[in-house]
Amino acid sequence: METKENSVADAIDNDYKYGFTTNVESDTFAKGLDEGVVRAISKKKGEPDFMLNFRLKAYEKWLTMKEPAWPNVQYPKIDFQNISYYSAPKPKKKLASLDEVDPEVLNTFEKLGIPLEEQKKLANVAVDAVFDSVSVATTHKKKLMEVGIIFCSFSDAVKDYPELIEEYLGTVVPIGDNYYAALNSAVFTDGSFVYIPPDTISPMELSTYFRINTEETGQFERTLIICAENSYVSYLEGCTAPQFDTNQLHAAVVELVTLDNAEIKYSTVQNWYAGDPETGKGGIYNFVTKRGKCQGEKSKISWTQVETGSAITWKYPSCILQGDGSVGEFYSVALTNGYMQADTGTKMMHIGKNTRSSIISKGISADHSSNSYRGLVRVGKNATDARNYTQCDSMLVGDQSSAHTFPYIETGNSSLQIEHEASTSKISEEQLFYFEQRGISRENAIATIINGFCKDVFKQLPMEFAVEAQKLLTLKLENSVG
Amino acid sequence: MLEIKDLHSAVEGIEILKGISLTIKKGEVHAVMGPNGSGKSTLAKVLSGHPAYEVTSGEVLFQGKNLLDLSAEERSLVGIFMGFQYPVEIPGVNNAEFLRMAYNARLLNEGKDEVDPLDFDDILQEKMDMLGMEDKYKERSCNDGFSGGEKKKNEILQMAILKPVLSILDETDSGLDIDALRIVADGVNKLNGDDNALILITHYQRLLDHIKPDFVHVISGGKIIKSGGKELAHELEAQGYDWLTTAN
Ligand SMILES: Nc1ncnc2c1ncn2[C@@H]1O[C@H](COP(=O)(O)OP(=O)(O)OP(=O)(O)O)[C@@H](O)[C@H]1O
Ligand SMILES: [Mg+2]
Repeated sequence: METKENSVADAIDNDYKYGFTTNVESDTFAKGLDEGVVRAISKKKGEPDFMLNFRLKAYEKWLTMKEPAWPNVQYPKIDFQNISYYSAPKPKKKLASLDEVDPEVLNTFEKLGIPLEEQKKLANVAVDAVFDSVSVATTHKKKLMEVGIIFCSFSDAVKDYPELIEEYLGTVVPIGDNYYAALNSAVFTDGSFVYIPPDTISPMELSTYFRINTEETGQFERTLIICAENSYVSYLEGCTAPQFDTNQLHAAVVELVTLDNAEIKYSTVQNWYAGDPETGKGGIYNFVTKRGKCQGEKSKISWTQVETGSAITWKYPSCILQGDGSVGEFYSVALTNGYMQADTGTKMMHIGKNTRSSIISKGISADHSSNSYRGLVRVGKNATDARNYTQCDSMLVGDQSSAHTFPYIETGNSSLQIEHEASTSKISEEQLFYFEQRGISRENAIATIINGFCKDVFKQLPMEFAVEAQKLLTLKLENSVG
Repeated sequence: MLEIKDLHSAVEGIEILKGISLTIKKGEVHAVMGPNGSGKSTLAKVLSGHPAYEVTSGEVLFQGKNLLDLSAEERSLVGIFMGFQYPVEIPGVNNAEFLRMAYNARLLNEGKDEVDPLDFDDILQEKMDMLGMEDKYKERSCNDGFSGGEKKKNEILQMAILKPVLSILDETDSGLDIDALRIVADGVNKLNGDDNALILITHYQRLLDHIKPDFVHVISGGKIIKSGGKELAHELEAQGYDWLTTAN
């Protein structure tokens, strides 16, 4: 029977399509990290003093901290002195328009399905493209500006809107929140910034596409989204990286803030290179801090993530439900195969009255991978009539993978209503035979079962993204069936 | 249409079918009976290409071609259908969508265009009406939480949609109530024309009252130990299998 099970597992394997590297001349710092490097990054970016101070404080804090040991993942100790903290494709001169971006970089994004040139750009999605450490282009900027929406690279925002950055940066994820957040706060190089003014529904989806290109460069990007009163934005994030034998560190921080009656919908499809499926060599360490603060009353933050890549994922998109009547949601699909390890989930912090949260997590583990859900629902003493719904389903493919769930509840008052459902299932050879007996290929059978398993999460994604996510999961299953 | 010659098959190294030979012609209905654990379901699974069952020797020709060369999927596409004794549950996969996938797989194989959900619904509705199935079975997940009888009806619904050449129904009657048995049997009779053939695996005469077999075979210990006309089923109903197995 073991060979049978393996053949189901085989069906999950695939070749990584985005594993190519681009040859561009880049401006890369020597490896290593000290105060001088932090100062040099700030200088390179021509930052105001408050930013330099923010970085230096974070760096000092980081020096006193330790890597977290509690996640259910194993990896050799990271040598933080063996990473370069800044790499940018060398501009011919100062980037004033796309014509000055290295055409190789534009080609790279086009290959990834993200055309940036004016005539080719995607119609309904504004894109900020980040290549290694810097943002190379942001599309539809002007059109968004007409309704007062600011969408630009983080570096530009520091220059053009320093008061907004100073007011909000670090208010959701404090400098010393955790080891990687502290590191990010010290050395982050770029990312995206969004400001939606009051009473504004964003006319299009906003999106950032991250691409790691250089080996041995860390990617530390920073995203800050502020959605003012009665406004709405849907934001998408995508990412890929080339195939290297060494591990690369990605330690991003994302902060979201919603004011009264505002809503942010943040969707991620993560497909970083996961390492060699046979040997486990290489791949991205994805150590990311994502958190949203529902600061205003009746505001809402909704995280949807489809995690299909990275050697190790350590990520808990969370919501601080501060405003009365605010709502936090977390929808997640995490697929692990090969030797991937994922420890992911969410934290819902109920602070205001009548706050609600819902969590739907779907973990799929195949091959030798390990997939853990870790979730915390914390209810403060003033958070009366809080409600939480948690559903946590795991699917195992083959006998060698594992799934774990770690739900935690901490409550400071008795009016909490909580509902928890959990299940573990398996794609069985009998199910696949049933499909085949009806003339449906094994490959389609697996894709259909997986899509069925994930549909509660997929339906939260914007249309195009849902299609892409389904394709991605199916692609992970391709090549395999035989 | 189907010619089975001295078929031997093993699962996990244990031989279960020990030399089955059987010839089935167009338009015929063959009943297969026999004690529990004698190899009836194994025969059905071997014919439909279940990967766990290894054919150790023997030959199977379907419409003159070697059936054993084909994968389970290909066997389905050339017109072999098995109604499962224990249909598996497929949570999360909408029943109507599953049926449409199966239907479209056939169309694609014949070089035709796929049908969209709306057009398919017309096809599906007609068959569901024939079987007296309520609409809710379209929206529910395939077999998921279906009662024993509902699962069996759903098998026949699939048969009606796919219009197979050869249907192997493995204990479709077990689990059906008296009315459902009649409805399902009527449906199967309608589907079974002069160009099709049917293998009915059953333990009970009552199914054979509705679907009249041309031949009845008794499998015991992985072999056909007796074949006869429909009167054999009556004898078995009256006397059980002992007289056959001990006489051997
Ligand atoms: N996958 C399997 N693994 C191990 N043994 C099996 C397997 N499939 C069948 N067998 C064994 O083969 C024998 C024949 O089983 P089969 O299901 O064909 O019987 P059957 O004639 O259909 O019985 P019933 O009337 O109870 O349905 C039984 O002893 C059964 O335990
Ligand atoms: Mg049986």
